[in-house]
Amino acid sequence: MTARTRRTLVRTVALAGALSLGLAACSGGGDSGSGSDDASGGGGSLTIWAWEPALTDVVADFQEDHPDVDIELVNAGTGNDQYTALQNAIAAGSGVPDVAQIEYYAVPQFAIGESLTDLTEFGADELDGTFSPGPWNAVQQGEGIYNLPMDSGPMALFYNAAVFDRLGVEVPTTWDEYLEAARALHAADPSVYIASDTGDAGSATSMIWQAGGQPYQVDGTDVTIDFTDEGTQKYTDLWQQMIDEGLLSDISGWTDEWYQGLGNGTLATLVVGAWMPANLESGVAQASGDWRVAPMPQWEAGQSVTAENGGSGLSIPAGTQNAELAYEFLEYATAGDGVQTRIDAGAFPATVADLESEEFLGKEFEYFGGQKANEILAQSAADVAEGWQYLPFQVYANSIFNDTAGQAYVSDTTLQDGLLDWQEKSIAYGNEQGFSVD
Amino acid sequence: MTTTTAPAPARPVAGPRLRTRRGHSVDKPRRSVLLTVLTTVVGLYAVVPLVWLIINATKAQDDLFGSFGLWFAGDFSLFQNIADTLTYNDGIFVRWLGNTLLYVVVGAGGATALAVLGGYGLAKFQFPGKRAVFAIVIGAVAVPGTALAVPTFLMFSQMGLTNTPWAVIIPSLISPFGLYLMWTFAAEAIPTELLEAARMDGASEARTFAQICLPLLGPGIVTVLLFTMVATWNNYFLPLIMLKDPDWYPLTVGLNSWNAQAATAGGQAIFNLVITGSVLTILPLIAAFLLLQRFWQSGLASGSVKE
Amino acid sequence: MTQTVPPPVVADPLRTARRPARRGRWTGWGFVGPFMAVFALVFLAPIVYSIYLSLFRQQLVGGNAFVGFENYTRAFGDPAFWSSLGRVTLFLAVQVPIMLGIALLVALALDSGRLYGKSFFRISIFMPYAVPAVVATLMWGFMYGTRFGLVGNINDAFGISLPNPLSPDLVLLSIGNIVTWSFVGYNMLIFYSALRVVPASLYEAAAIDGAGQWRVIRSIKLPAIRGALVIATIFSIIGSFQLFNEPSILQKLAPNAITTSFTPNMYAYSLSFSGQQYNYSATVAIIMGLVTMVVAYAVQLRGMRKEA
Repeated sequence: MTARTRRTLVRTVALAGALSLGLAACSGGGDSGSGSDDASGGGGSLTIWAWEPALTDVVADFQEDHPDVDIELVNAGTGNDQYTALQNAIAAGSGVPDVAQIEYYAVPQFAIGESLTDLTEFGADELDGTFSPGPWNAVQQGEGIYNLPMDSGPMALFYNAAVFDRLGVEVPTTWDEYLEAARALHAADPSVYIASDTGDAGSATSMIWQAGGQPYQVDGTDVTIDFTDEGTQKYTDLWQQMIDEGLLSDISGWTDEWYQGLGNGTLATLVVGAWMPANLESGVAQASGDWRVAPMPQWEAGQSVTAENGGSGLSIPAGTQNAELAYEFLEYATAGDGVQTRIDAGAFPATVADLESEEFLGKEFEYFGGQKANEILAQSAADVAEGWQYLPFQVYANSIFNDTAGQAYVSDTTLQDGLLDWQEKSIAYGNEQGFSVD
Repeated sequence: MTTTTAPAPARPVAGPRLRTRRGHSVDKPRRSVLLTVLTTVVGLYAVVPLVWLIINATKAQDDLFGSFGLWFAGDFSLFQNIADTLTYNDGIFVRWLGNTLLYVVVGAGGATALAVLGGYGLAKFQFPGKRAVFAIVIGAVAVPGTALAVPTFLMFSQMGLTNTPWAVIIPSLISPFGLYLMWTFAAEAIPTELLEAARMDGASEARTFAQICLPLLGPGIVTVLLFTMVATWNNYFLPLIMLKDPDWYPLTVGLNSWNAQAATAGGQAIFNLVITGSVLTILPLIAAFLLLQRFWQSGLASGSVKE
Repeated sequence: MTQTVPPPVVADPLRTARRPARRGRWTGWGFVGPFMAVFALVFLAPIVYSIYLSLFRQQLVGGNAFVGFENYTRAFGDPAFWSSLGRVTLFLAVQVPIMLGIALLVALALDSGRLYGKSFFRISIFMPYAVPAVVATLMWGFMYGTRFGLVGNINDAFGISLPNPLSPDLVLLSIGNIVTWSFVGYNMLIFYSALRVVPASLYEAAAIDGAGQWRVIRSIKLPAIRGALVIATIFSIIGSFQLFNEPSILQKLAPNAITTSFTPNMYAYSLSFSGQQYNYSATVAIIMGLVTMVVAYAVQLRGMRKEA
């Protein structure tokens, strides 16, 4: 509905502009993008936007089985860059891909904008039970299913065992111990920090998620945001101490300095999703053998509760002519033979069968000194806390996290106040966009 | 800074004849060590970061993060890095290089042509709306381009231009600064009497321009070409918005996608290739500058044979 | 816009007017037309479209509605917009004079012919301009690193503790440094090439008068390149008001110091690309365009006054 209004408007303006310039512009006619006409039957063509490297092999295998199908795999940017491109293409009404990789936190935003095809019409509901609960909940919106999970990010503690050994510090199992370990490491060697953090919306929400917080409640367009609940408090109490005592390094994640810190032992741990091993292997190769994996620290000793961090799946944007073929590919890549291909390339699956398979669990990681890391990671996938929801405008909310909550890292603002500021700005935005938020 | 040096000794005037500008400043004044030292400070400021870039292009991914930035690391991996850069991902870098060359040749070449024509027209003709032209150009340039990206994208998309080389080339055909440079240059470099003489001989405007004015505009053209080339070569934001297909990326967008790859789950960190790629990206430009400079020098000298 | 269609250039050998102005009033458009036609397509049309957009409001839920000047009143009361405008104004007031000052001094030094290794300086100082903003920012970002970067190396070597260049207090300065580094050579070249076309006879006359270097600079060189100075200033003003590439790439390193509304241009970008608030984003862009135009015209009027 909204897309159509916009499209007509754009076309009119563009046409008017073209005419007044005296140029022979063929407006609208040259829409390319979605490719072929008949999707049913053997042949057809697909345009896929995705940044996951392992998909290259999956596409190649799929094409081997379907020689008539012509697939174009395009890396249209990672995460937000690609969402921007997708939103632009949807707004312009041309060049929209048949399949797009979308992170779980962004699925509600696209679903509510009616930009994605509801996959239940192709029988996606029959896949219930195929995927681990965290991702499977994330891809459902109301009655519809808008994405098939490709990978998942159940969280764990990655730590540099060599550093812990050298400084004689115990590996923490609870957050209290984590705080103690942070103090001990930094005291024993001032160049060592237990972690670096400059404020990351994904990490912060995942930490709150694990602590039992449920700041976002979404029911259609009725949204509640509340960062004063108990779970949030637990997180801010701990993290405020970490910040105040200077126990967190101020290196931003994913920069070259960060990789350097992970490699030379000055950043001792990472609390992130299970997709991390592949990145450690390629980006921090020099520390191979030093790192290990442990369960995520707990808020109460003896518990085992985790959260998801990141992860993405494949969606079919609305309006594609090739939805059936696209769904065939989705199923192949997320629940069919494509899964093993991606696991072999280092991805962490979201499918229960693979998470429980002996081959998967028994894999010894040379990088982790022969440790069977998947046992811990798969257990984490089973322990993800239930009931978490993302906002239907989480992409924007995350983009202003550092404007608000991030200020706690560089000023006198407390993390709790920062989160309240984040809440306020998110509410304002949501209401502006026509949601009913409070 | 220049005030601290002693005044140059006056040089006897040779005569009233026309003399080239070179004669004035090259062989007259005494060289100044102090001035050279002061300029060297600025020179170092300009060069040291480039040295960092080149030194780090010789390091493998591991050393890149593990060694002092301004000195060489254990293994000299420059050639390995270059080979890796050129072959990574089926040699996509070479494709990007080719794309960039295409954009530069067509885009910067076209931009220069348009600016030369326009600058000449503004300098040598009176026509209705002339005063408005530059005001409109400056006014339009003042509107932030990033905010216009979405409207431009939507328009181009309707014309079927997005994801094609045209989406990059057409916007780079406009160089407001080039237009200004050519305007002022043409106003000074082409004597109005010359034009009138040509017109009296019955030459058409197009012929007058092509045969008489164009040669006089040589140095200005080279300068504008230099600026538009650099601008097109470094064009980043618009291609980023307009292009989805990596096969059409220019080098800048391609390099940034390599840089972003380190932050992707399952992605491979290839900062060493980013840095080596950056060096390879800059080299052709510097070569072009050195090459063009020769024309620029001689052109300047001949262009100033006028009072 | 229709007037930008170039009329055919008609050659008329029989009527050769003495003054170019009298010969075919529209002939000039034959030369300016092509530029303006493309210009209209890539600049004017999107601007017109933006003005149109700025009068509407599109919501994720609820569709599109005409709102008149509501977006404009919102912008005038938007602290995020004003603080970003204040920030680039400060940047403009400090960085532009420094950059242009260095560029001018180097250009004068080169032109004076009193330097050893002149061509080396000319090339080396210009070279940073050839470095794409992406690469330049990546490079400086590394050197700014207080732990493993050059700043960190210096701290270790001298046992001192330099402040973090990417802290909120210093980040604007650090960005100014990158911009200055990138564009000193560019401006230097503009000034230098303007100096090179100063007629030799002027210097000869000055030499006869026994004028010193300083006199020559003040009375001949500076007035001669006034046009170049003014235009470089105007383009630097536009550049400052549109500051985007450097802060947005550095944002990855200093996410808290560089907010999404750090500069007006970043704000417009973030509104449009993260928030899908195309309408409000267009409004911010239009207002910034007007502000920039007013300042640029003021500079032009002031700078060109004596020439008129």
